[in-house]
Amino acid sequence: MSGAGNREQVFPTRMTLGLMKGKLKGAQQGHSLLKRKSEALTKRFRDITQRIDEAKRKMGRVMQTAAFSLAEVSYATGENISYQVQESVQRARFQVKAKQENVSGVYLPTFESYINEDINDFKLTGLGRGGQQVQRAKLVYTKAVETLVELASLQTAFIILDEVIKVTNRRVNAIEHVIIPRTENTISYINSELDELDREEFYRLKKVQEKKQEAAAAAEAEEKAAQEAAIAAGAELSKITRVTSNEEITNDAQEVEKLALANGDDDLLKENEDDVIF
Amino acid sequence: MEGLYFNINNGYLEGVVRGYKSGLLTTNQYVNLTQCDNLEDLKLQLSSTDYGNFMANYSGPLSTSVLQDNLSKKLFQQFQYVKSQSSGKLTKFMNYINYGYMIDNVILMITGTLHERDKSEILRKCNPLGWFDTLPTLSIATDIESLYSTVLIDTPLAPFFKNCVSADDLDDLNIEIIRNKLYKNYLESFVEFVTSEFDGPDQEIMIRLLTLEADKRVINITLNSLNNSDLSSEDKLSLFPSYGKLYPTYHLQLSQAEDIEQLKSIVEYIGDYKDIFNESGDASGLRGLGDWFYLLEMQFCRNAFTQQFTLSTVYAWLKSKEQEIRNITWIAECIAQNQKNRIDSYISVY
Repeated sequence: MSGAGNREQVFPTRMTLGLMKGKLKGAQQGHSLLKRKSEALTKRFRDITQRIDEAKRKMGRVMQTAAFSLAEVSYATGENISYQVQESVQRARFQVKAKQENVSGVYLPTFESYINEDINDFKLTGLGRGGQQVQRAKLVYTKAVETLVELASLQTAFIILDEVIKVTNRRVNAIEHVIIPRTENTISYINSELDELDREEFYRLKKVQEKKQEAAAAAEAEEKAAQEAAIAAGAELSKITRVTSNEEITNDAQEVEKLALANGDDDLLKENEDDVIF
Repeated sequence: MEGLYFNINNGYLEGVVRGYKSGLLTTNQYVNLTQCDNLEDLKLQLSSTDYGNFMANYSGPLSTSVLQDNLSKKLFQQFQYVKSQSSGKLTKFMNYINYGYMIDNVILMITGTLHERDKSEILRKCNPLGWFDTLPTLSIATDIESLYSTVLIDTPLAPFFKNCVSADDLDDLNIEIIRNKLYKNYLESFVEFVTSEFDGPDQEIMIRLLTLEADKRVINITLNSLNNSDLSSEDKLSLFPSYGKLYPTYHLQLSQAEDIEQLKSIVEYIGDYKDIFNESGDASGLRGLGDWFYLLEMQFCRNAFTQQFTLSTVYAWLKSKEQEIRNITWIAECIAQNQKNRIDSYISVY
């Protein structure tokens, strides 16, 4: 997945290196945090799965009893009892309250059942016959609905958690297998590029130094030669002066000095030219 | 002597009803029914009984309610046949039987109207035994006064409403109270009819059954309103039919009873009802009370057939048939819901 060529397209500069290092650190921190989140969620998820299992089993039993109690009611009261009950209900006795629970940054809706004891419609249904059965069926069905609400709450949490865990795991994997290797690759690429530059620079400096030394050696040799020439000329001149006038000797000496100076200037210029070439 | 002229008018019908009676499911048949594994089996078992091919016209998935509907239809057909053949006293008597179902239908209509339900939907739920022509028009009524003056005054139920028109508005509490008041008036009027028109064993049997019915209502109302503050003791007293073994001595006490212990101690004064709470106090819960009354009623009905030349056989047969439908529904329900351990709590006396 993360081949050696997988890296970000950046200029290998020291600043980018700093940026990349920051990014890597952030990614590693994010990875460990997300991993922990995912673990916490998974723990919760397992817990919920277990509870759903229990609730479903319980629901099976409770619903069976409830359905049977309804059969008892219809045995005791006749056919139309459910209609009478439906029609005489005015207000909700059984209410469901929705709440939010925070599990590692995930908001899970939880439903809480709430029974308002003051509200008790159809108290008189089946007054003549079967009232006891009606009340009993009411109790049993209240329990059944409680179980249903509990199950609904768990199921919603289950679905949401499932989704969130998937997303988190995707992120964890993405960070672990894509972002971190890529950043590392980029860093090593930048490092290698920078090293390369360093080496080149070093080599160049060495080369320059070498050239300089060569040039300096050449200049020295020339100067020496010039001096020797001058000394030789001077000796001849002294011989000549003995023949010619003093003036001539001084003129000659001045001319030689000028020449020497001109030579020195030439050397300097050469050095400059070398620099420019580099 | 009373049997001398009986057969002129009612001999044929008594024969028919006794024939119907012998078609009632016996204990053995019930045992067969409880052995069924699914509703198809149950249907098959039933088709070998008096019900025959009662489900022949129905195709589709079987359910308890479908079964119940078809059983009730059969009952209704038989009842209609007997009623159309009847004359004189028997017609009147059968009308009285109908009134009880009519009360239920009227209350159902009122409830539906109050909550603005579709009329046809409610009419479908009405018991065919309590059908009358003006039933659909009940939905126009908005208060009990107009209900009475526009619709009910023309129905046979009119006299039963005499104490109920005082209720100012129709809410759910009042509807239940009206229903029970109507029942009270109905029972009282029925008893009056029986005492004036019937004689001999006929009267004796009917009085016994109606006494039980009245006492059953009184005890049930007391029990069901024990923890209900909406109903004052005067209200309760006004719902008790002024008839039965508990009347008049214990009605006041019953209306003031505050817990089940008090109710028990009062009811135990009556020898016949001594066992009610003994049997219902066990683990099976309060369902025992209803069962106990059903069992007593069935025993009375069975005994009603031991007398010759009586019209009360019609009533006894109808009640037995109703119980039978309840039993079959119960068994079907137990089979459908896989609750075989409770399947034996049906009531079979034949």
